[in-house]
This record gives sequence, structure tokens and C-alpha cells, in this order.
Amino acid sequence: MFIQQIFNGIMLGSTYAMIAIAFTLLMGILNMLNFAIGEIFMLGAIFGLTFVNLGIPFYLALPLAMACTGLSCLLVERFSFRPLRNAPPLVPLLSTIGFSILFQNTAVNLFGSERTQFPQWMEPVNFHIGPVLISSTQIITLGLAVLLMVALDLFIQRTRLGRGMRSVAESLDTANILGVDSNLIILMTFFFSGVLAGAAGIIFGISFSIVSPFMGMEPGIKGIAAMIVGGMGNLRGAIVGGMFIGIIEVLSVAYFGSSTRDFAVYGLLFLALLLRPQGILGVLQPEKERI
Amino acid sequence: MLSSYQLDLLSNLGINILLALSVYCPMATGQLSIGNAGFMALGAYTSAILTVHLHLPLFLALIVGGIVAGIVGVLVGFPALRLKGIFLAMATLAFGEIVRNFFMNFLKPLTGGAYGFRGIGDTPISIVWIWGWVLFFLLFFFFLSRSRAGLAMLATHDDETVSELIGIHIVLLKVGAFGIGAFIAGVGGGLYAHYYLYIEPEFFNVWESIHMVLYVIMGGMLTFWGAVLGTMIFVLLPEFLRFLQDWRGAFFGVLIIGLMIARPSGIVTREMLRKDFWHPLRKGT
Amino acid sequence: MILKESQLLTLKGVSKNFGGLRAVNDLSLDVSKGYIYGLIGPNGAGKTTVFNLITGVYPCNSGSILLEDVTVTELKSYRIARLGISRTFQTIRLFPSMTTWENVLIGQNTLSKSGIRGILPIRRAQEVELRRQAQEALKVLGLWEMRDRKAVTLPYGNQRKVEIARAIAARPKLLLLDEPTAGMNIRETKDLLGVLSKIHELGITILVIEHDMRVVMGICDHIFVLNFGQKIAEGSPAEIRQNEEVLEAYLGKEE
Repeated sequence: MFIQQIFNGIMLGSTYAMIAIAFTLLMGILNMLNFAIGEIFMLGAIFGLTFVNLGIPFYLALPLAMACTGLSCLLVERFSFRPLRNAPPLVPLLSTIGFSILFQNTAVNLFGSERTQFPQWMEPVNFHIGPVLISSTQIITLGLAVLLMVALDLFIQRTRLGRGMRSVAESLDTANILGVDSNLIILMTFFFSGVLAGAAGIIFGISFSIVSPFMGMEPGIKGIAAMIVGGMGNLRGAIVGGMFIGIIEVLSVAYFGSSTRDFAVYGLLFLALLLRPQGILGVLQPEKERI
Repeated sequence: MLSSYQLDLLSNLGINILLALSVYCPMATGQLSIGNAGFMALGAYTSAILTVHLHLPLFLALIVGGIVAGIVGVLVGFPALRLKGIFLAMATLAFGEIVRNFFMNFLKPLTGGAYGFRGIGDTPISIVWIWGWVLFFLLFFFFLSRSRAGLAMLATHDDETVSELIGIHIVLLKVGAFGIGAFIAGVGGGLYAHYYLYIEPEFFNVWESIHMVLYVIMGGMLTFWGAVLGTMIFVLLPEFLRFLQDWRGAFFGVLIIGLMIARPSGIVTREMLRKDFWHPLRKGT
Repeated sequence: MILKESQLLTLKGVSKNFGGLRAVNDLSLDVSKGYIYGLIGPNGAGKTTVFNLITGVYPCNSGSILLEDVTVTELKSYRIARLGISRTFQTIRLFPSMTTWENVLIGQNTLSKSGIRGILPIRRAQEVELRRQAQEALKVLGLWEMRDRKAVTLPYGNQRKVEIARAIAARPKLLLLDEPTAGMNIRETKDLLGVLSKIHELGITILVIEHDMRVVMGICDHIFVLNFGQKIAEGSPAEIRQNEEVLEAYLGKEE
């Protein structure tokens, strides 16, 4: 029973991890908190379901939806990041809140506020691995999540553009001097962030049988929480944080009832910020000259 | 004579102005709080319990509700000193959600838990109650902004390190601002409860807190008039945009995005205010 | 311990580490009232760190700091400021939201008795007097015309003067100046020297970090020389000018 809950927590945690990575990409590389990621997550599921309902086969509809969410995130780059490069950080944050409101209201008006779900594309087969019950749907979605996260990690570590992203994260000016096309890097970062958030939305929508314009509000905030709990600006930290929060959430519902769910998650976040703000994988900054 | 709809609108406006002021107060010392819905809930539930179950007079209930919120605000304000920027924002957000969850799970016999607290009084309080408090706090901030304490708050907002080195007691100012903001939100919550006569934990959610922050930053975060103007825009403007119907949300989203590009400091800036009230007090010098 | 009548600031065996780096090493010095002291040394010698230790920005790892007979080593910054130590910064740090006038006025906050009750116009007479003093200070420094401009929009030299005005607004006993003439041309430097003279006449003791040797040799009564966080020499300008070790520190050993 406990192992089953852990597995369920990993399923949930993997989507939180993907959202957290979407936040972390922008936070770590460009020092920006994009509040709209939660709604872009929702748009992934919405676009996905819309394309499927239009008759496009799953294997095309879903990548198409992810491309759309990538583009949505580029919209955020154009209006919340580029013109506000030199503004205090509160300003772009508020601007992305504006995008959140815009995206959600548009989704409600164009898609309807009813809660629906993805149709099944195949009969799910249930497996027993030891004491754990897993459905084929879960295997595929978990596999997709892992695939995407590993692909991103490899991209950043192994490719030239990935190195460019890391250098921009270190110092934009130095990267520019060294000939890195920082504008391209910035666009790519936003695009990847949107793709990942959208993918997370699709996976979440399929795993938990829910598609609605309001589905992104809570996961968005939990994604930020995961980013902080795991260690800010740290891709691996985002994954750890996401898993941690997913598991905590599932365990608290399983053992203490569904009304304690948010207690556990936000209580954890609050404690983490008070006791260990640098997160699980983060490093405490040593005392430095401030003047 | 105003129609009952217009009175309702103005009452709503008044309560929201209080909530915006409750966010402005800590923000004036550089602390971003996205959890004031939590303080609002504390004030709402405390005052409702006091009037409904203990039959206390309204004024007393509102004050006690505010004080409870204020004390919790001070308690949260101390550990908050260690946190900056997004960390502080997320901690206050987490706090707000914890409070909301508290009222969903505890004190259910008194408050009805997730099913809501009904019948807070027989008739809604009159708009005079609400605007009386609004006027009181506007006066408070008016005098504060013209006082040395207010100037010290601005210094703390601008540069904490230097402020401390000038002799400003930033701990007192920051925790105090946090606590006063919480008190104001608590009073706002109490007024809300006794105007709408029904509250449930779901009302006091993150987006409520985010809206309060929105009003302040859009209106102009360096002066309390900004909070007032920002609230007026977001509460009154939709009335003039009926033709947009369901798309009013999208309109405001675009408005926010546009305003942050065009006027990132918000609408009302310090430059717009009278500068000379700080000058030598005797005329003609 | 016998307290010399004129002893103002004393450092005894003060040390400070940052991680593995020893920024200040067993430093001792005495500052007497009414004089102008210079603190010089190559870049990275630890001069600004000394200021930070005196004003309580960082705790000392060892040693003690006394202001007159009060031990200030463990005190928080705002207490130290209220005891009478003010400072300026290497990069000018005015309050960006405030006008010139407001920046000077906030410097007086420690004198104003209204404190947290400052929301009410208590002690009106004192407040009127404080503002008169602030007005005088601005006029003497030639900043009165710019009193309502945002302080950070002023020309660099004037910004420095505003920062100094803010620092002396509280009538400190000791004024710490961190490279006040950095980035200034000859005319602005002369202007500033005049300001420092006037401050000296007010009876405020000054300790100034400087790289401009004409300034140091010109106005300082006594000079401390730091290198690698240690005091390598002290004395009058004439003595320092001749000192072998000082020359070596700045110019390197002659091969």
C-alpha cells in the first residue's frame, strides 16, 4: 500500500517536476519568474484535447499542442521580458500575472469552463509489479516525462546551444562578448519552457483525467514551490523538488485525508523557506562583502 | 440617491481599498506579501465568531478580529525578516494557504468548515461602517507619509543596509509594517463577513491575495494613493466595460501587460505629490 | 585602563575572515577627537572592511572596537549609528526614491525624539529647528536649488555632497568617508576638500579612505597605512611619505 502511494506520488511528482523545470529554466538562466507557466501548462492540455477532438491523431496532436504552448511562452518573452529587461523584478512578474489572467480568460471563453478529459486512445492494460498496480497509460506518461527531462538535461550539457544557455545563466555580458547569440538563447529558453509546461499539462490531463481552464492554477504554484524546495535555479533541484512535493501530497491524502493535502504542501514550503531557503540541492551563499 | 446596486458596488470598493492598503503597508518597507487573504480570513472568522457565538458588539468584534490578524502578522513578520524578494513572496503565499486550510479543517463546529459560515447577522452592515474605516486608514497613511516614521519606511524600502547605518531601526519598521498591514486586512475581512453575511475558506484564496497586490502595483506602489487608484480601476472599470461581457478578464490581462510596459512604476508616482510638505515648517523661510 | 581625554575610536587586535580569506589581521589603531585621519593602502588592503567592522555591518572574528569608553564590537549597526558614527560609501548610495532634501532630512532621524510616535507632530519646536538646520546645510553646500530633485539625478559631484550632508545631518562624533573623491575631477575635488574643512571646523572627527595622495597628504593630520589587512605603518604625512615599507606596498619591491 505504501509503495503504491510512493509510486502514485512519483507520477504526480513527475508532472510537478516538469513544471518546476519550466520555471527553473527561466529563473536560472534569465532570473525571471514567469507566473504564466501555470496557465501555459493548462493550455497544453486544452490545445491537446482540441486537436484530438478535431480528428488529429494523438501522436501528432500532442507535439503540435506542445509547439503551441512553446509559442505562447514566446508571447510572454515578447511582452513581459524583452521590454522590461531593466525594470525591477516585480514588474515582469506582474506582467506575467497579466498573461495568466489573459490566458485563462481566453481559454474559458473559447473552450468553455466545463471540466472534461482526454478520450482514451487505447484500452489501458494493468500490470502488477510486485505490490504495485500500474496501468499502461501511467507507464507511457511517466516514460514521456522522463524522456523529456532527460532530453533537456542532455541538451543543456552536451550541445553547443546548451552550453550557450549555461553561459548566459552565468553572465549575459560575458556570454555576449564570447560570441554567444544571446537573443537566440533567450528565445530558445522561453520556447523550451513553454514546451515543457505544455507537455506537463498533457501528461497531467491524461494521467488524472482532467482537462479544464482552471487546472493550471494550483500546479503552477506548486511548481514554484517545487523549484524553491529543490533548490532555486538548479535543474536537478527542480526534479527533486517536484518529486518531493508530489510524494508528500499523495501521502498526506492517503494517510490523513484529502483536506490535509494543501496543509502538507504549503506547510512544507513555509518550513523550507524558514529553515533551509536554499532548498534541498541548493548551496548556502557564503558571507560576502555587501558594500 | 444611489441605487442599491451602486451602493453595493461602493461597499465592495471600500473593502477592496482596505485590502489594497493592507498590502501597501508592508510593501512600503520593501516587503512583498502575497498572503494577505490569510489575514483577511483571520479577521473575518474571528469577528464572525465573536458576533454570532458570543454576541459581541460589531465594533469590538472588528477590532479584535483586526488585532488577532495583527498579532499573527507580527509573528510571521519576524521570521520574514530573513527572506527577500521571491522567497518572502512565496512564504507569505504559503502562509495564506495554510490559514485557508486551517479554517477548512479546524473550528468546524464554530465556522462550518468548508461548508461555510452562514448567517453572520441578519442584515448587512451599512456602507457607512465600511467607508468609515476606509477614511480612518486613509487619514492614518496621510499622516504617516508626512512623518519621520514614514520617511524611515521609505528609506528601508530603498536600501536596508544604508538605513540601518543611518540609525533606523529596520526590524521595528518592517515587522511593524507587516503587523499593521495584517491588522488592516483583518478589519477588511471582518467588514466583508458582516456585509455579505456569508464566508467560506475558499473565498480567501491565493488569487484574492494576488489581486490585492495587483491593485497596489498597478496604482503605484510608493504612495498609498496608488493603492486607492489601483483598486478603483479594477473594481469600477468593469462596470463601464459591460460590452466586453465575458472578455473583461482578458481585457484586464492585456491592461496589466500594457501598463507594465508603458508605466512600470504604476500610475501614481511620488513625483506627482506635493514635495514641499517636508520643507521648513514656518512659512516664508 | 586610563582613558585619554581625547580618545574617540579604538581598535584592538581586530580580525575578520571571509571564508578562507583573512581580510583584516590583528589591527589596532587609535583615533583622537578633532583630527582628520587618513586610511590608505593598495586595493584590496581591507580598508572598506575596516569601515564595515566599525559600523557593525559584519561581526569581528576577534578583537574589540570602542567608541570613547563604550564597546561597540557586538552592537547592531543602528545602535552604533545612534552612538555617533556616520559614514559614506565607495559607490554613492543615496536613497533613489527621495529628493535631495529628503535624503538629508532622513539623516537627522536619529536626532528626532519622535521615534515611532513620529507619526504625530510631537515636539514641533525641535522639528522646526531640525529642518532649519537641514536647510542651512543644503545652502552652505550649494545644493538648495536642487532640493526637490530626485537625488540620484544630480551630477556626480553633487551626489557625493548630498551623501556627506546626510551623514553629518545627525551631528556624528566620527565621520567615516570611503573614497569621497573617487571619480571626481580637479575642481570637484577642491570643492570637496573645502567641504571637509568646514566639517572639521564643526568639530567632527574624520577618518577618510583615499587613493588620491594629494588629498591625503593635504588634509590629514595622521595616516594609517594598510596592506593585506595589516597596519604596516602610521604617522604624519611627512613620515609616511618617506616610509620604505609604504613605498614598497604601493610600488612593489625594487629588484
